[in-house]
Amino acid sequence: MALTTQRVDVPVIVDESKCLEKCNACIEVCPLDVLVKNPETGKAYMKYDECWFCLPCEKECPTGAITVQIPFLLR
Amino acid sequence: MNIQYLKTDFLVVGGGTAGTMAGIKAKQASPESDVLILEKANIRRSGAIAMGMDGVNTAVIPGNSTPEQYVREITIANDGIVNQKAVYETGRLGFSVIQELESWGVKFQKDHEGNYDLKQVHRVGKYVLPMPEGKDLKKILARQVKRHKVNVTNRVMATRVMVQNGRVTGAVGLDVRNGNMVVIQAKAVVLCTGACGRLGLPASGYLYGTYENPTNAGDGYSMAYHAGAELTNIECFQINPLIKDYNGPACAYVASPFGAYTANAEGHRFINCDYWSGQMMLEVYKELHSGKGPVHLKMYHLDDDTISEIETILWDNERPSRGRFHEGRGENYRTHGVEMNISEIGLCSGHSASGVWVNERAETTVPGLYAAGDMASVPHNYMIGAFVYGRIAGENAMDYLRDLEHVEPDADFLAAEQARIYAPLNQPDGVPHTQVEYKLRRLVNDYLQPPKSPNNMDIGLQKFVAYEETLGLMGARDPHELMRCMEVHFIRDCAEMAARASLFRKETRWGLYHYRLDYPEKNNEEWFCHVNLKKGDAGHMELFKRPVEPYIVDVDLVEEVYDVAVR
Ligand SMILES: Cc1cc2nc3c(=O)[nH]c(=O)nc-3n(C[C@H](O)[C@H](O)[C@H](O)COP(=O)(O)OP(=O)(O)OC[C@H]3O[C@@H](n4cnc5c(N)ncnc54)[C@H](O)[C@@H]3O)c2cc1C
Ligand code: SF4
Ligand code: SF4
Repeated sequence: MALTTQRVDVPVIVDESKCLEKCNACIEVCPLDVLVKNPETGKAYMKYDECWFCLPCEKECPTGAITVQIPFLLR
Repeated sequence: MNIQYLKTDFLVVGGGTAGTMAGIKAKQASPESDVLILEKANIRRSGAIAMGMDGVNTAVIPGNSTPEQYVREITIANDGIVNQKAVYETGRLGFSVIQELESWGVKFQKDHEGNYDLKQVHRVGKYVLPMPEGKDLKKILARQVKRHKVNVTNRVMATRVMVQNGRVTGAVGLDVRNGNMVVIQAKAVVLCTGACGRLGLPASGYLYGTYENPTNAGDGYSMAYHAGAELTNIECFQINPLIKDYNGPACAYVASPFGAYTANAEGHRFINCDYWSGQMMLEVYKELHSGKGPVHLKMYHLDDDTISEIETILWDNERPSRGRFHEGRGENYRTHGVEMNISEIGLCSGHSASGVWVNERAETTVPGLYAAGDMASVPHNYMIGAFVYGRIAGENAMDYLRDLEHVEPDADFLAAEQARIYAPLNQPDGVPHTQVEYKLRRLVNDYLQPPKSPNNMDIGLQKFVAYEETLGLMGARDPHELMRCMEVHFIRDCAEMAARASLFRKETRWGLYHYRLDYPEKNNEEWFCHVNLKKGDAGHMELFKRPVEPYIVDVDLVEEVYDVAVR
């Protein structure tokens, strides 16, 4: 199979200046398991565009680093 | 990738609404037994109630209504095709569940005198109990799970139930973080994996922009089927009237007691009852196709304070991103109706009636296998029904397994399942699951979305059967993608079941849910029965009629037709 990578606008935005390296809260609670840490920076980001815009990640973030937008296709 | 072996007395698959309660109740019934909840996500925030709930939809509170009245209401709303004994249990035990939740810190709305502040949304009785402070429901349940010493394994997705010598002996799963295969021996298993929420494709085209929590992809329907259990009423689809594009409840259940109502573009009522039913959905469908659409939830005639109160509830609980959706579009309840649309199709007994067959003891037709919540066939069961049936399953299973021993897993079965799970990893350049899923669900829309036509469904069925081969094209690069690939398998199974069951029932019933263009009338003489299906001995899907259990509450279905149209 021949594959290509497409760019997509993802709903979850992480303010890296507020994201704590030792924290995993958003990653632990996401029901779709789409958030991970960037191994290089230690900051969280949305790795997979598979979001129910349900907000546990945003609600459980201790520093308010996360903003969940309505996914572009629904906005 | 390694294989991890676990052993427990009672395995709960899915730690959502029903699953957390099943675990807790099993431990209460038998504290010395080992109980394990296996959860695909994390029980702290998983499933339909991840962010709480706006209210209880099926509260039978003494002094307000009786279990008999509730059974009557649901029997009529579900066009008579119900196992009344099973529905009765939700009415009988719901109040004690509410009281227990309250003792754990869940808040329900009370009036000035301290009585439960019930609202009428159903056609006759008052069964809706608001919970404006319901947002921490799941955290409270997770705390009780811990307190009751129920073991929890998060981030493992079950893929198959193990059955040996005619009884359940455990389950197999995939650790979606490290990719390990997990084999769990158990003496009894309850499946509580929620609805099949990823069957149809939402109009937005976003795979995860579903009404249901998209974690719930029909896993339990498929696993029960492969375990040999019967499923029922699959042709009675779940279809909901939702906020267009956002695809969440608008929500008339919350707003109608304040004076809001569903209206057409002219601002007129066209239904006299906002309770979700197939009959109501048919009226919405007709209105949308009458030239008087779109339809909307009308609140702009209410005063400012009332609207603010509605906003607080709707934007804080259950689907809290509703507020930012409206804001993004510059819409306000004071000036705009909330435009509504018909959702994608799904399978869900919590809202309609499609599920794994269970009796009033939460038993499926396979010994040792129980089912509860949205995936179990107790119609219109909603949240309280999920709690009640989680409890029933937990208690009965502990009774059932008392004298049983564990059974060594079958090596051939494990090898076959291992090969099936990991196949996409062998071809990382295979077709991505996103495309394979998108096409499958688009075909579901094309061929199964009611109104149903036989030739269309036949074509759909052929395509779903042939899709078995397409699944073999999928490629994955990590455990997360493997999880999604396995979910596409579940969705395909559900699509085939939905097509076959819809073709089998040659009449129209449940309004839009099973509206057949070639048989537009209800036919009680031939079809006053369940349509059940199961995996036959030859491995093919078998469909058959199952008689409706004798009623325990008299209902005259000829007199009491469920009709909500405003004429
Ligand atoms: C948006 C929305 C609003 C609703 N509003 C109301 C309301 O106001 N009032 C009301 O009474 N009812 C309401 N309902 C219905 C009610 O929430 C459900 O009927 C009930 O919560 C279903 O419980 P459940 O245990 O079956 O499913 P869930 O609570 O969804 O639990 C299923 C669990 O299984 C897990 N899981 C799935 N697949 C697997 C697998 N393969 N392996 C392991 N784990 C798995 C999931 O992660 C999840 O934790 C609403 C539902 C939705 C979706
Ligand atoms: S919860 Fe907040 S601080 Fe913690 S990892 Fe996520 S974004 Fe960073
Ligand atoms: S909004 Fe929900 S699905 Fe999306 S990233 Fe946050 S927790 Fe996950």
